[in-house]
Amino acid sequence: MDLDALYQEIILDHYKNPHHAGLRDPFEAEVHHVNPTCGDEVTLRVHLSGAGADAVVEDVSYDAEGCSISQAAASVMTDLVIGRSLTDALAVHESFLTLMQGRGGVEPDEDVLEDAIAFAGVAKFPARVKCALLSWMAWKDATARIVAGETAVPTETEETR
Amino acid sequence: MTVETVHLPGLLDGLDVIRDDFPILSRTLADGHPLVYLDSANTSQKPQVVIDAMVDHLERHNANVARAMHQLGAESTAGFEGGRDKVAAFLNAPSREEVIFTKNASEAINLVANTLAWARGPLQVGEGDEVLVTEMEHHSNIVPWQLLTERTGARLRWFGITDDGLLDLSDIDELINERTKVVSLTWVSNMLGTVNPVAEIARRAHEVGAVVLLDAAQAVPQMPVDVQASGADFVVFTGHKVTGPTGIGVLWGRREVLEQLPPFLGGGEMIATVSMERSTYAGIPHRFEAGTPPIVEAVGLGAAVDYLAAIGMHNVRAHEEAITRYALEGLATVSGLTVLGPQQAEQRGGAISFEIEGIHPHDVSQVLDSRGIAVRAGHHCAKPAHKRFGVQSSTRMSSYLYTTPGEIDALVDGLEYTKKYFRAG
Ligand SMILES: Cc1ncc(COP(=O)(O)O)c(C=O)c1O
Repeated sequence: MDLDALYQEIILDHYKNPHHAGLRDPFEAEVHHVNPTCGDEVTLRVHLSGAGADAVVEDVSYDAEGCSISQAAASVMTDLVIGRSLTDALAVHESFLTLMQGRGGVEPDEDVLEDAIAFAGVAKFPARVKCALLSWMAWKDATARIVAGETAVPTETEETR
Repeated sequence: MTVETVHLPGLLDGLDVIRDDFPILSRTLADGHPLVYLDSANTSQKPQVVIDAMVDHLERHNANVARAMHQLGAESTAGFEGGRDKVAAFLNAPSREEVIFTKNASEAINLVANTLAWARGPLQVGEGDEVLVTEMEHHSNIVPWQLLTERTGARLRWFGITDDGLLDLSDIDELINERTKVVSLTWVSNMLGTVNPVAEIARRAHEVGAVVLLDAAQAVPQMPVDVQASGADFVVFTGHKVTGPTGIGVLWGRREVLEQLPPFLGGGEMIATVSMERSTYAGIPHRFEAGTPPIVEAVGLGAAVDYLAAIGMHNVRAHEEAITRYALEGLATVSGLTVLGPQQAEQRGGAISFEIEGIHPHDVSQVLDSRGIAVRAGHHCAKPAHKRFGVQSSTRMSSYLYTTPGEIDALVDGLEYTKKYFRAG
């Protein structure tokens, strides 16, 4: 079992020095997601500007508690989506999801995923895939709520399954 | 891992022979690491006699029970009911009819919680009544009572936990009062390992007329359990933690109490007679066993408790205490490691939860797993107990009658390696 394939340097670096951590204003949606099996949690806020095809991810801020994989995933995600058009960010999300659900058989595209290619090894550890996806799912959920026109009240806890 | 590195007083005689009874223990895992199974509080491994008893039943005696009138039906019924006899003997139950088979411990607790809401008469839990649990319960002994109290307008209360990981009984006079209808608590905590003074609490509960349920999911595997001496009205446990199969649990209840409870699930086997207008119900235990029961699982569970009885539960307990003491000593040598719960082996069962500064339990268990060491990481279905100690999750090692001191050494080495891997401490 190749531990180093799972714990890439990039992941450990993001774990020790997470980017964009902490909760910030302004935001249009805040969600709280938990991984029910292990208790990892993330509270995550999304701030979008513009609408429709012009929507841009202005900020993603979060407060996460969990293992190195889930913490690093949150950090890497914010690097990837902040400042992007929503359309592009959703495409990155899709690409990351495909990588994670590929059981190690998907070749990651570094141009799209940048630091997130370090998670390719995680896909071979089925028990850890949910850790890597926790904050990505929270981001998707918060974004969907904004697009659906819901207001920025802290929402019910969702399970990431 | 059959070599005993040290001999500890209390260790089971012939530990090598016992380990040979469990085929899985000779497995090697990825990279040729021998299995070091320290997750028995989650589920125990199964000895060959249990596996054989179940295979034999399926190969030679399989049929439905009770309702099948042919020879195989009689054999299958004998196997299934034989499981009940063995469990009754193992628990020192006054009568085999007081032993009810369920799906697991969780279902057994739900059975009691639901039927207490539906009961009419003194057992009924209703508005203004109180149900008392503790902060150290497994979710299985919290959520059913939350559902009961939410649905009936009763109030849920709980004992807290002291800093040492013991039940905080300082407010017992207030918590056990004339409104208390049910006291439900764990005998041995699956997270803190704490062994609770259940007989004393049961005595206090009975003074106010409450019924007492003991969640013995971690006690029955670990120590001699005599349901009569426990002082409880209900004792529940789950088959898969006592070297038996999954899919079967046990509710023992005092006859006088069980007979006052209405049915739980309706279906075949639990009736006396059925017409389209109404039905009358079978007596205990069948009243609470609707539908085709876990037949081969009961056969396996019977073999499991016989196996444990032959080794002797006093001996199992002594072994667990010796291993736990050795593990507490070993863990104390790992800097940055904090054990949650009582620090004395005599006060605990064979589960030890701990934290390591700067390393998340998931990551600890991942690195240990890469060395063949299986532990549990997470909240162990005891979120409130974790919250009480200000932690979100922990790593838990749990031993059983087949655990060797050498495996504890492997764990301690693995933890040192983990710290190096993450450059912590
Ligand atoms: C103390 C305690 N109670 C209840 C349970 C629930 O057992 P089961 O999941 O088999 O119903 C467990 C085991 O997970 C436990 O440790």
